[in-house]
Amino acid sequence: MAEAAYISLENVVFSRAGRRVFDGLSVQIPRGKITAIMGPSGTGKTTLLRLIGGQLKPESGSVWVDGHNIPKLRRGALFQLRKKMGMLFQSGALFTDVSVYENVAFPLRVHTKLPEDMIRDIVLMKLEAVGLRGARDLMPAELSGGMTRRVALARSIVLDPELIMYDEPFAGQDPIAMGVVVKLIRQLNSAMGLTSVLVSHDVPESLSICHHAFILSDGKVIGAGTPEQLRKHSSDKVQQFLQGKPDGPVPFHYPAPERAVDFGLGAQ
Amino acid sequence: MMDAIARLGKNTLAFLASFGRASQFLLGVLAGVPKPSVGLPLLLKQIYSVGVLSLVIVVVSGLFIGMVLGLQGYTILSDFGSESAIGQLIALTLVRELGPVVTALLFAGRAGSALTAEIGLMKATEQLSSMEMMGVDPLRRVIAPRLWAGFLSMPVLALVFSMVGVLGGMLVGVEWLGVFEGSFWGNMQASVDFRDDVLNGVIKSVVFGFVCAWIAVYQGYDCVPTSAGISSATTKTVVYSSLAVLGLDFILTAVMFGNF
Repeated sequence: MAEAAYISLENVVFSRAGRRVFDGLSVQIPRGKITAIMGPSGTGKTTLLRLIGGQLKPESGSVWVDGHNIPKLRRGALFQLRKKMGMLFQSGALFTDVSVYENVAFPLRVHTKLPEDMIRDIVLMKLEAVGLRGARDLMPAELSGGMTRRVALARSIVLDPELIMYDEPFAGQDPIAMGVVVKLIRQLNSAMGLTSVLVSHDVPESLSICHHAFILSDGKVIGAGTPEQLRKHSSDKVQQFLQGKPDGPVPFHYPAPERAVDFGLGAQ
Repeated sequence: MMDAIARLGKNTLAFLASFGRASQFLLGVLAGVPKPSVGLPLLLKQIYSVGVLSLVIVVVSGLFIGMVLGLQGYTILSDFGSESAIGQLIALTLVRELGPVVTALLFAGRAGSALTAEIGLMKATEQLSSMEMMGVDPLRRVIAPRLWAGFLSMPVLALVFSMVGVLGGMLVGVEWLGVFEGSFWGNMQASVDFRDDVLNGVIKSVVFGFVCAWIAVYQGYDCVPTSAGISSATTKTVVYSSLAVLGLDFILTAVMFGNF
Protein backbone atom coordinates (compact mmCIF):
# COMPACT_ATOMS: atom_id res chain seq x y z
CA MET A 1 0.00 0.00 0.00
CA ALA A 2 1.97 2.97 -1.28
CA GLU A 3 -0.40 5.80 -0.24
CA ALA A 4 0.20 7.72 2.99
CA ALA A 5 -1.80 6.14 5.81
CA TYR A 6 -4.50 8.35 7.31
CA ILE A 7 -5.25 5.76 9.99
CA SER A 8 -2.70 3.37 11.39
CA LEU A 9 -3.32 0.73 14.05
CA GLU A 10 -0.13 -0.78 15.43
CA ASN A 11 -0.11 -3.96 17.51
CA VAL A 12 -3.48 -3.22 19.03
CA VAL A 13 -4.55 -5.53 21.83
CA PHE A 14 -8.11 -5.20 23.05
CA SER A 15 -10.28 -7.45 25.22
CA ARG A 16 -13.91 -7.23 26.20
CA ALA A 17 -15.64 -9.19 28.95
CA GLY A 18 -12.59 -11.41 29.32
CA ARG A 19 -12.46 -12.26 25.59
CA ARG A 20 -9.50 -11.16 23.48
CA VAL A 21 -11.01 -9.30 20.52
CA PHE A 22 -7.76 -8.07 18.93
CA ASP A 23 -4.43 -9.68 19.58
CA GLY A 24 -1.71 -7.52 18.07
CA LEU A 25 -3.80 -6.13 15.22
CA SER A 26 -2.00 -3.87 12.74
CA VAL A 27 -3.92 -2.13 9.96
CA GLN A 28 -3.02 0.79 7.68
CA ILE A 29 -5.85 2.75 6.09
CA PRO A 30 -4.78 5.05 3.23
CA ARG A 31 -5.83 8.66 2.91
CA GLY A 32 -8.52 9.51 0.40
CA LYS A 33 -9.48 5.91 -0.36
CA ILE A 34 -12.35 3.60 0.49
CA THR A 35 -11.21 0.78 2.74
CA ALA A 36 -13.53 -2.08 3.59
CA ILE A 37 -13.22 -4.05 6.80
CA MET A 38 -14.97 -7.38 6.47
CA GLY A 39 -15.17 -10.57 8.43
CA PRO A 40 -17.54 -12.96 10.15
CA SER A 41 -19.88 -11.72 12.88
CA GLY A 42 -18.28 -11.11 16.24
CA THR A 43 -14.79 -10.47 14.90
CA GLY A 44 -14.75 -6.93 16.22
CA LYS A 45 -15.38 -4.86 13.11
CA THR A 46 -17.53 -2.31 14.94
CA THR A 47 -15.07 -2.40 17.85
CA LEU A 48 -12.35 -1.42 15.38
CA LEU A 49 -14.36 1.66 14.35
CA ARG A 50 -14.84 2.58 18.02
CA LEU A 51 -11.10 2.28 18.62
CA ILE A 52 -10.46 4.61 15.68
CA GLY A 53 -13.06 7.06 17.00
CA GLY A 54 -11.57 6.94 20.50
CA GLN A 55 -14.72 5.59 22.13
CA LEU A 56 -12.73 2.56 23.27
CA LYS A 57 -9.12 2.40 24.39
CA PRO A 58 -6.81 -0.49 23.56
CA GLU A 59 -4.97 -2.34 26.30
CA SER A 60 -1.76 -1.81 24.35
CA GLY A 61 -0.68 -0.61 20.94
CA SER A 62 -1.43 2.67 19.25
CA VAL A 63 -4.18 4.05 17.03
CA TRP A 64 -2.99 6.92 14.85
CA VAL A 65 -5.51 9.11 13.02
CA ASP A 66 -4.12 11.95 10.90
CA GLY A 67 -0.98 12.03 13.01
CA HIS A 68 -2.73 11.92 16.39
CA ASN A 69 -2.34 8.96 18.74
CA ILE A 70 -5.99 8.60 19.75
CA PRO A 71 -5.61 6.73 23.08
CA LYS A 72 -3.16 9.37 24.33
CA LEU A 73 -5.29 12.39 23.40
CA ARG A 74 -6.90 14.47 26.13
CA ARG A 75 -10.67 14.58 26.15
CA GLY A 76 -10.89 18.10 24.70
CA ALA A 77 -8.42 17.35 21.89
CA LEU A 78 -10.26 14.13 21.06
CA PHE A 79 -13.55 16.00 20.73
CA GLN A 80 -11.85 18.56 18.49
CA LEU A 81 -10.48 15.80 16.27
CA ARG A 82 -13.88 14.13 16.07
CA LYS A 83 -15.24 17.20 14.29
CA LYS A 84 -13.24 15.94 11.32
CA MET A 85 -14.82 12.49 11.58
CA GLY A 86 -18.23 11.28 10.58
CA MET A 87 -19.68 7.99 11.68
CA LEU A 88 -22.70 6.16 10.45
CA PHE A 89 -23.93 3.90 13.24
CA GLN A 90 -25.49 0.55 12.55
CA SER A 91 -28.70 1.56 14.31
CA GLY A 92 -28.67 5.07 12.85
CA ALA A 93 -28.60 6.52 16.39
CA LEU A 94 -30.87 9.43 15.49
CA PHE A 95 -32.08 11.71 18.29
CA THR A 96 -35.59 10.45 18.86
CA ASP A 97 -37.03 13.66 20.30
CA VAL A 98 -36.41 15.87 17.24
CA SER A 99 -37.35 15.70 13.57
CA VAL A 100 -35.27 14.44 10.66
CA TYR A 101 -34.42 18.04 9.76
CA GLU A 102 -33.22 18.86 13.27
CA ASN A 103 -31.19 15.66 13.43
CA VAL A 104 -29.26 16.61 10.32
CA ALA A 105 -28.97 20.25 11.40
CA PHE A 106 -27.64 19.32 14.87
CA PRO A 107 -23.88 19.22 14.06
CA LEU A 108 -24.18 22.50 12.14
CA ARG A 109 -25.97 24.22 15.02
CA VAL A 110 -23.41 23.00 17.56
CA HIS A 111 -20.19 23.52 15.61
CA THR A 112 -20.89 26.47 13.30
CA LYS A 113 -22.41 29.92 13.51
CA LEU A 114 -24.09 29.71 10.12
CA PRO A 115 -27.30 31.68 9.62
CA GLU A 116 -30.52 29.70 9.67
CA ASP A 117 -31.19 30.00 5.92
CA MET A 118 -27.77 28.56 5.13
CA ILE A 119 -28.28 25.72 7.61
CA ARG A 120 -31.59 25.02 5.90
CA ASP A 121 -29.96 24.87 2.46
CA ILE A 122 -27.17 22.54 3.62
CA VAL A 123 -29.58 20.23 5.46
CA LEU A 124 -31.89 20.00 2.45
CA MET A 125 -28.96 19.33 0.11
CA LYS A 126 -27.71 16.48 2.30
CA LEU A 127 -31.23 15.05 2.61
CA GLU A 128 -31.63 15.37 -1.16
CA ALA A 129 -28.44 13.34 -1.61
CA VAL A 130 -29.93 10.44 0.36
CA GLY A 131 -33.35 10.84 -1.27
CA LEU A 132 -35.14 12.01 1.86
CA ARG A 133 -35.66 15.74 1.34
CA GLY A 134 -39.40 15.13 1.53
CA ALA A 135 -39.06 13.37 4.88
CA ARG A 136 -37.56 16.37 6.66
CA ASP A 137 -40.54 16.91 8.96
CA LEU A 138 -40.94 13.27 9.97
CA MET A 139 -39.90 12.07 13.40
CA PRO A 140 -37.37 9.20 13.65
CA ALA A 141 -40.11 6.88 14.95
CA GLU A 142 -41.94 7.34 11.63
CA LEU A 143 -38.99 6.11 9.52
CA SER A 144 -38.20 2.60 8.36
CA GLY A 145 -34.84 1.05 9.28
CA GLY A 146 -33.34 1.83 5.88
CA MET A 147 -34.60 5.42 5.94
CA THR A 148 -33.22 5.88 9.44
CA ARG A 149 -29.78 4.88 8.24
CA ARG A 150 -29.99 7.20 5.25
CA VAL A 151 -30.89 10.14 7.51
CA ALA A 152 -27.98 9.16 9.75
CA LEU A 153 -25.75 9.14 6.67
CA ALA A 154 -26.92 12.65 5.78
CA ARG A 155 -26.15 13.75 9.35
CA SER A 156 -22.71 12.16 9.33
CA ILE A 157 -21.65 14.05 6.18
CA VAL A 158 -23.27 17.37 7.02
CA LEU A 159 -20.01 18.86 8.34
CA ASP A 160 -18.06 17.58 5.31
CA PRO A 161 -15.67 15.47 7.40
CA GLU A 162 -12.23 14.24 6.31
CA LEU A 163 -12.89 10.73 7.54
CA ILE A 164 -16.13 8.87 7.43
CA MET A 165 -16.76 5.49 9.02
CA TYR A 166 -19.69 3.43 7.86
CA ASP A 167 -20.93 0.65 10.13
CA GLU A 168 -23.00 -1.74 8.00
CA PRO A 169 -24.36 0.93 5.64
CA PHE A 170 -26.10 -1.61 3.37
CA ALA A 171 -27.92 -3.61 6.03
CA GLY A 172 -31.71 -3.38 5.77
CA GLN A 173 -31.69 -1.32 2.56
CA ASP A 174 -33.98 -2.22 -0.31
CA PRO A 175 -32.19 -2.80 -3.65
CA ILE A 176 -32.86 0.73 -4.93
CA ALA A 177 -31.69 2.39 -1.70
CA MET A 178 -28.68 0.11 -1.58
CA GLY A 179 -27.69 1.16 -5.08
CA VAL A 180 -28.06 4.80 -4.07
CA VAL A 181 -25.96 4.35 -0.94
CA VAL A 182 -23.22 2.51 -2.86
CA LYS A 183 -23.16 5.31 -5.42
CA LEU A 184 -23.19 7.96 -2.70
CA ILE A 185 -20.26 6.45 -0.82
CA ARG A 186 -18.28 6.32 -4.07
CA GLN A 187 -19.23 9.89 -5.01
CA LEU A 188 -18.42 11.28 -1.57
CA ASN A 189 -15.03 9.67 -1.73
CA SER A 190 -14.15 10.85 -5.22
CA ALA A 191 -15.71 14.32 -5.09
CA MET A 192 -14.60 15.33 -1.60
CA GLY A 193 -11.47 13.25 -1.24
CA LEU A 194 -12.77 11.64 1.94
CA THR A 195 -11.06 8.78 3.64
CA SER A 196 -13.76 6.16 4.02
CA VAL A 197 -13.77 3.12 6.26
CA LEU A 198 -16.52 0.69 5.52
CA VAL A 199 -17.52 -2.14 7.82
CA SER A 200 -19.85 -4.54 6.11
CA HIS A 201 -20.96 -8.12 5.59
CA ASP A 202 -22.15 -7.38 2.09
CA VAL A 203 -19.21 -8.69 0.11
CA PRO A 204 -20.25 -7.84 -3.49
CA GLU A 205 -21.29 -4.25 -2.66
CA SER A 206 -18.22 -3.62 -0.51
CA LEU A 207 -15.76 -5.04 -3.02
CA SER A 208 -17.44 -3.14 -5.84
CA ILE A 209 -16.58 0.26 -4.32
CA CYS A 210 -13.55 -0.21 -2.08
CA HIS A 211 -9.96 0.38 -3.09
CA HIS A 212 -8.58 -1.85 -0.34
CA ALA A 213 -10.13 -4.41 1.97
CA PHE A 214 -9.16 -6.24 5.13
CA ILE A 215 -10.71 -9.47 6.28
CA LEU A 216 -10.60 -10.02 10.02
CA SER A 217 -10.94 -13.28 11.88
CA ASP A 218 -9.94 -14.31 15.42
CA GLY A 219 -8.60 -10.86 16.22
CA LYS A 220 -6.17 -10.75 13.31
CA VAL A 221 -6.08 -9.74 9.66
CA ILE A 222 -6.33 -12.93 7.59
CA GLY A 223 -6.46 -11.24 4.21
CA ALA A 224 -5.68 -7.79 2.84
CA GLY A 225 -5.35 -6.13 -0.51
CA THR A 226 -7.30 -4.79 -3.44
CA PRO A 227 -10.61 -6.50 -4.28
CA GLU A 228 -8.88 -8.30 -7.16
CA GLN A 229 -6.08 -9.55 -4.91
CA LEU A 230 -8.57 -10.76 -2.34
CA ARG A 231 -10.63 -12.68 -4.90
CA LYS A 232 -7.44 -14.57 -5.82
CA HIS A 233 -6.29 -14.95 -2.19
CA SER A 234 -4.88 -18.36 -1.34
CA SER A 235 -6.32 -18.50 2.21
CA ASP A 236 -9.22 -20.95 2.65
CA LYS A 237 -10.67 -18.71 5.35
CA VAL A 238 -10.71 -15.72 3.00
CA GLN A 239 -12.29 -17.72 0.19
CA GLN A 240 -14.88 -19.24 2.53
CA PHE A 241 -15.91 -15.77 3.71
CA LEU A 242 -15.94 -14.16 0.26
CA GLN A 243 -17.95 -17.00 -1.26
CA GLY A 244 -20.23 -17.43 1.77
CA LYS A 245 -19.64 -21.16 2.14
CA PRO A 246 -21.03 -22.76 5.32
CA ASP A 247 -18.27 -25.38 5.45
CA GLY A 248 -14.66 -24.44 5.83
CA PRO A 249 -12.05 -23.39 8.38
CA VAL A 250 -14.33 -20.68 9.83
CA PRO A 251 -16.94 -22.52 11.94
CA PHE A 252 -20.57 -21.55 11.51
CA HIS A 253 -21.46 -22.86 14.99
CA TYR A 254 -20.48 -21.09 18.18
CA PRO A 255 -18.38 -23.44 20.34
CA ALA A 256 -20.77 -25.89 22.06
CA PRO A 257 -20.73 -29.29 23.78
CA GLU A 258 -21.23 -32.40 21.64
CA ARG A 259 -24.74 -32.67 20.17
CA ALA A 260 -25.23 -36.06 21.80
CA VAL A 261 -24.63 -34.51 25.23
CA ASP A 262 -26.98 -31.56 24.68
CA PHE A 263 -29.79 -33.64 23.16
CA GLY A 264 -29.48 -36.42 25.74
CA LEU A 265 -28.54 -39.08 23.16
CA GLY A 266 -25.51 -40.34 25.03
CA ALA A 267 -27.51 -42.57 27.43
CA GLN A 268 -29.35 -44.48 24.69
CA MET B 1 -18.82 -18.29 56.94
CA MET B 2 -15.77 -17.64 54.79
CA ASP B 3 -18.07 -17.39 51.76
CA ALA B 4 -20.15 -14.75 53.51
CA ILE B 5 -17.03 -12.72 54.37
CA ALA B 6 -15.77 -13.08 50.80
CA ARG B 7 -19.14 -11.93 49.44
CA LEU B 8 -19.15 -8.98 51.81
CA GLY B 9 -15.65 -8.04 50.69
CA LYS B 10 -16.59 -8.38 47.02
CA ASN B 11 -19.73 -6.27 47.45
CA THR B 12 -17.82 -3.62 49.40
CA LEU B 13 -15.17 -3.41 46.69
CA ALA B 14 -17.87 -3.22 44.00
CA PHE B 15 -19.60 -0.44 45.93
CA LEU B 16 -16.35 1.50 46.36
CA ALA B 17 -15.51 1.07 42.66
CA SER B 18 -18.96 2.28 41.70
CA PHE B 19 -18.69 5.25 44.08
CA GLY B 20 -15.29 6.09 42.58
CA ARG B 21 -16.72 5.97 39.05
CA ALA B 22 -19.67 8.11 40.13
CA SER B 23 -17.31 10.70 41.69
CA GLN B 24 -15.16 10.78 38.57
CA PHE B 25 -18.31 11.18 36.49
CA LEU B 26 -19.48 14.03 38.73
CA LEU B 27 -16.16 15.84 38.39
CA GLY B 28 -16.39 15.47 34.61
CA VAL B 29 -19.87 16.97 34.59
CA LEU B 30 -19.00 19.84 36.93
CA ALA B 31 -15.78 20.64 35.05
CA GLY B 32 -17.49 20.87 31.68
CA VAL B 33 -19.63 23.96 32.10
CA PRO B 34 -21.14 24.85 28.70
CA LYS B 35 -21.26 28.43 27.42
CA PRO B 36 -24.29 30.32 28.78
CA SER B 37 -25.65 30.86 25.27
CA VAL B 38 -25.71 27.09 24.74
CA GLY B 39 -26.26 25.87 28.29
CA LEU B 40 -29.05 28.19 29.39
CA PRO B 41 -31.72 27.05 26.89
CA LEU B 42 -30.85 23.41 27.67
CA LEU B 43 -31.04 24.12 31.40
CA LEU B 44 -34.40 25.89 31.11
CA LYS B 45 -35.81 22.98 29.11
CA GLN B 46 -34.69 20.55 31.79
CA ILE B 47 -35.97 22.74 34.64
CA TYR B 48 -39.35 22.60 32.94
CA SER B 49 -39.19 18.85 32.51
CA VAL B 50 -37.73 18.03 35.93
CA GLY B 51 -39.13 20.84 38.05
CA VAL B 52 -42.27 22.33 36.55
CA LEU B 53 -43.74 18.98 35.56
CA SER B 54 -43.15 17.70 39.12
CA LEU B 55 -45.26 20.54 40.55
CA VAL B 56 -48.58 18.68 40.33
CA ILE B 57 -47.46 15.68 42.39
CA VAL B 58 -45.67 17.97 44.86
CA VAL B 59 -48.66 20.30 45.31
CA VAL B 60 -51.20 17.50 45.69
CA SER B 61 -48.99 15.55 48.10
CA GLY B 62 -48.19 18.69 50.10
CA LEU B 63 -51.88 19.53 50.41
CA PHE B 64 -52.85 16.10 51.70
CA ILE B 65 -49.89 15.79 54.05
CA GLY B 66 -50.69 19.23 55.48
CA MET B 67 -54.33 18.22 55.94
CA VAL B 68 -53.37 14.96 57.67
CA LEU B 69 -50.96 16.86 59.92
CA GLY B 70 -53.78 19.26 60.79
CA LEU B 71 -56.10 16.44 61.66
CA GLN B 72 -53.60 14.39 63.66
CA GLY B 73 -52.15 17.45 65.36
CA TYR B 74 -55.58 18.69 66.40
CA THR B 75 -56.52 15.26 67.82
CA ILE B 76 -53.38 15.07 69.95
CA LEU B 77 -53.15 18.73 70.96
CA SER B 78 -56.81 19.02 71.88
CA ASP B 79 -56.23 16.39 74.61
CA PHE B 80 -54.00 18.96 76.31
CA GLY B 81 -56.16 21.92 75.41
CA SER B 82 -53.43 23.37 73.26
CA GLU B 83 -54.98 23.03 69.82
CA SER B 84 -54.07 26.64 69.13
CA ALA B 85 -50.44 25.44 68.71
CA ILE B 86 -51.43 23.47 65.65
CA GLY B 87 -50.06 26.10 63.26
CA GLN B 88 -46.68 25.89 64.95
CA LEU B 89 -46.70 22.08 64.78
CA ILE B 90 -47.62 21.96 61.10
CA ALA B 91 -45.17 24.64 60.01
CA LEU B 92 -42.18 23.27 61.94
CA THR B 93 -42.85 19.69 60.83
CA LEU B 94 -43.14 20.72 57.21
CA VAL B 95 -40.37 23.27 56.98
CA ARG B 96 -37.79 21.30 58.94
CA GLU B 97 -38.52 17.73 57.88
CA LEU B 98 -41.41 16.71 55.71
CA GLY B 99 -40.98 19.43 53.08
CA PRO B 100 -37.41 18.56 52.10
CA VAL B 101 -37.66 14.80 52.74
CA VAL B 102 -41.01 14.00 51.12
CA THR B 103 -40.26 16.29 48.16
CA ALA B 104 -36.96 14.49 47.64
CA LEU B 105 -38.69 11.09 47.77
CA LEU B 106 -41.34 12.28 45.31
CA PHE B 107 -38.64 13.78 43.11
CA ALA B 108 -36.71 10.50 43.06
CA GLY B 109 -39.84 8.59 42.07
CA ARG B 110 -41.13 11.03 39.49
CA ALA B 111 -38.20 12.96 37.97
CA GLY B 112 -35.19 10.84 39.02
CA SER B 113 -36.53 7.64 37.49
CA ALA B 114 -37.49 9.53 34.31
CA LEU B 115 -33.99 11.02 34.04
CA THR B 116 -32.37 7.60 34.44
CA ALA B 117 -34.67 5.95 31.90
CA GLU B 118 -34.18 8.77 29.38
CA ILE B 119 -30.38 8.77 29.62
CA GLY B 120 -30.28 4.96 29.67
CA LEU B 121 -32.38 4.75 26.55
CA MET B 122 -30.19 7.35 24.83
CA LYS B 123 -27.23 5.13 25.67
CA ALA B 124 -28.95 1.95 24.48
CA THR B 125 -29.91 3.54 21.15
CA GLU B 126 -26.34 4.88 20.68
CA GLN B 127 -27.51 8.49 20.78
CA LEU B 128 -24.82 9.34 23.35
CA SER B 129 -22.19 7.56 21.24
CA SER B 130 -23.26 9.35 18.09
CA MET B 131 -23.10 12.67 19.94
CA GLU B 132 -19.54 11.86 21.02
CA MET B 133 -18.60 11.02 17.45
CA MET B 134 -20.00 14.37 16.31
CA GLY B 135 -17.54 16.06 18.65
CA VAL B 136 -20.21 16.94 21.20
CA ASP B 137 -19.53 15.94 24.80
CA PRO B 138 -22.67 14.27 26.19
CA LEU B 139 -21.54 15.10 29.73
CA ARG B 140 -21.92 18.80 28.85
CA ARG B 141 -24.83 18.57 26.48
CA VAL B 142 -27.04 15.91 28.08
CA ILE B 143 -25.91 15.23 31.64
CA ALA B 144 -24.93 18.67 33.01
CA PRO B 145 -28.27 20.43 32.26
CA ARG B 146 -30.20 17.56 33.89
CA LEU B 147 -27.96 17.54 36.98
CA TRP B 148 -28.21 21.30 37.46
CA ALA B 149 -31.95 21.28 36.79
CA GLY B 150 -32.51 18.74 39.56
CA PHE B 151 -30.21 20.63 41.90
CA LEU B 152 -31.98 23.97 41.31
CA SER B 153 -35.53 22.64 41.21
CA MET B 154 -35.52 20.70 44.47
CA PRO B 155 -35.35 23.64 46.94
CA VAL B 156 -38.13 25.45 45.10
CA LEU B 157 -40.28 22.32 45.02
CA ALA B 158 -39.64 21.75 48.74
CA LEU B 159 -40.70 25.33 49.56
CA VAL B 160 -43.84 24.93 47.44
CA PHE B 161 -44.57 21.65 49.23
CA SER B 162 -44.24 23.30 52.66
CA MET B 163 -46.38 26.30 51.67
CA VAL B 164 -49.15 24.15 50.26
CA GLY B 165 -48.89 21.87 53.30
CA VAL B 166 -49.39 24.81 55.64
CA LEU B 167 -52.45 25.84 53.62
CA GLY B 168 -53.78 22.27 53.81
CA GLY B 169 -53.27 22.27 57.58
CA MET B 170 -55.04 25.59 57.83
CA LEU B 171 -57.99 24.30 55.82
CA VAL B 172 -58.46 21.42 58.24
CA GLY B 173 -57.45 23.17 61.48
CA VAL B 174 -59.08 26.55 60.98
CA GLU B 175 -61.81 26.09 58.41
CA TRP B 176 -62.99 22.63 59.42
CA LEU B 177 -62.08 22.07 63.10
CA GLY B 178 -62.52 25.69 64.17
CA VAL B 179 -59.11 26.61 65.58
CA PHE B 180 -58.90 30.40 65.98
CA GLU B 181 -57.22 31.78 62.87
CA GLY B 182 -55.27 34.43 64.77
CA SER B 183 -53.62 31.91 67.07
CA PHE B 184 -52.96 29.53 64.14
CA TRP B 185 -50.93 32.13 62.24
CA GLY B 186 -49.64 33.96 65.32
CA ASN B 187 -48.13 30.87 66.96
CA MET B 188 -46.63 29.88 63.67
CA GLN B 189 -45.06 33.30 63.17
CA ALA B 190 -43.70 33.39 66.70
CA SER B 191 -42.11 29.94 66.62
CA VAL B 192 -40.76 29.55 63.10
CA ASP B 193 -37.35 31.13 62.79
CA PHE B 194 -36.12 32.03 59.31
CA ARG B 195 -32.52 31.02 59.87
CA ASP B 196 -32.95 28.02 62.16
CA ASP B 197 -35.97 26.50 60.46
CA VAL B 198 -36.60 27.80 56.95
CA LEU B 199 -32.96 28.17 55.93
CA ASN B 200 -31.96 24.81 57.39
CA GLY B 201 -34.85 23.21 55.51
CA VAL B 202 -33.68 24.85 52.30
CA ILE B 203 -30.11 23.64 52.92
CA LYS B 204 -31.46 20.11 53.37
CA SER B 205 -33.37 20.28 50.10
CA VAL B 206 -30.31 21.64 48.28
CA VAL B 207 -28.30 18.64 49.51
CA PHE B 208 -31.10 16.22 48.63
CA GLY B 209 -31.52 17.81 45.21
CA PHE B 210 -27.85 17.43 44.45
CA VAL B 211 -27.70 13.81 45.63
CA CYS B 212 -30.93 12.71 43.91
CA ALA B 213 -29.99 14.34 40.59
CA TRP B 214 -26.46 12.90 40.78
CA ILE B 215 -27.74 9.39 41.44
CA ALA B 216 -30.33 9.66 38.65
CA VAL B 217 -27.99 10.88 35.92
CA TYR B 218 -25.17 8.56 36.93
CA GLN B 219 -27.39 5.48 36.97
CA GLY B 220 -28.63 6.35 33.49
CA TYR B 221 -25.14 7.01 32.13
CA ASP B 222 -23.62 3.91 33.72
CA CYS B 223 -26.45 1.47 33.00
CA VAL B 224 -26.11 -1.70 30.96
CA PRO B 225 -27.64 -0.58 27.64
CA THR B 226 -30.38 -3.20 27.46
CA SER B 227 -34.03 -3.16 28.52
CA ALA B 228 -33.19 -5.16 31.66
CA GLY B 229 -30.25 -2.85 32.38
CA ILE B 230 -32.38 0.29 32.10
CA SER B 231 -35.08 -1.25 34.27
CA SER B 232 -32.50 -2.15 36.92
CA ALA B 233 -30.91 1.33 36.77
CA THR B 234 -34.31 3.01 37.20
CA THR B 235 -35.05 0.87 40.25
CA LYS B 236 -31.61 1.63 41.68
CA THR B 237 -32.22 5.35 41.24
CA VAL B 238 -35.38 5.26 43.34
CA VAL B 239 -33.94 2.92 46.00
CA TYR B 240 -30.54 4.60 46.34
CA SER B 241 -32.04 8.11 46.30
CA SER B 242 -34.60 7.22 48.97
CA LEU B 243 -32.01 5.62 51.23
CA ALA B 244 -29.53 8.45 50.67
CA VAL B 245 -32.18 11.08 51.46
CA LEU B 246 -33.31 9.37 54.66
CA GLY B 247 -29.73 8.72 55.81
CA LEU B 248 -28.56 12.22 55.01
CA ASP B 249 -31.64 13.67 56.68
CA PHE B 250 -30.65 12.05 59.96
CA ILE B 251 -27.11 13.38 59.69
CA LEU B 252 -28.22 16.89 58.71
CA THR B 253 -30.86 16.97 61.43
CA ALA B 254 -28.30 15.91 64.02
CA VAL B 255 -25.94 18.68 62.85
CA MET B 256 -28.61 21.39 62.55
CA PHE B 257 -30.94 20.72 65.42
CA GLY B 258 -29.11 18.37 67.80
CA ASN B 259 -27.91 20.84 70.42
CA PHE B 260 -25.98 18.18 72.34
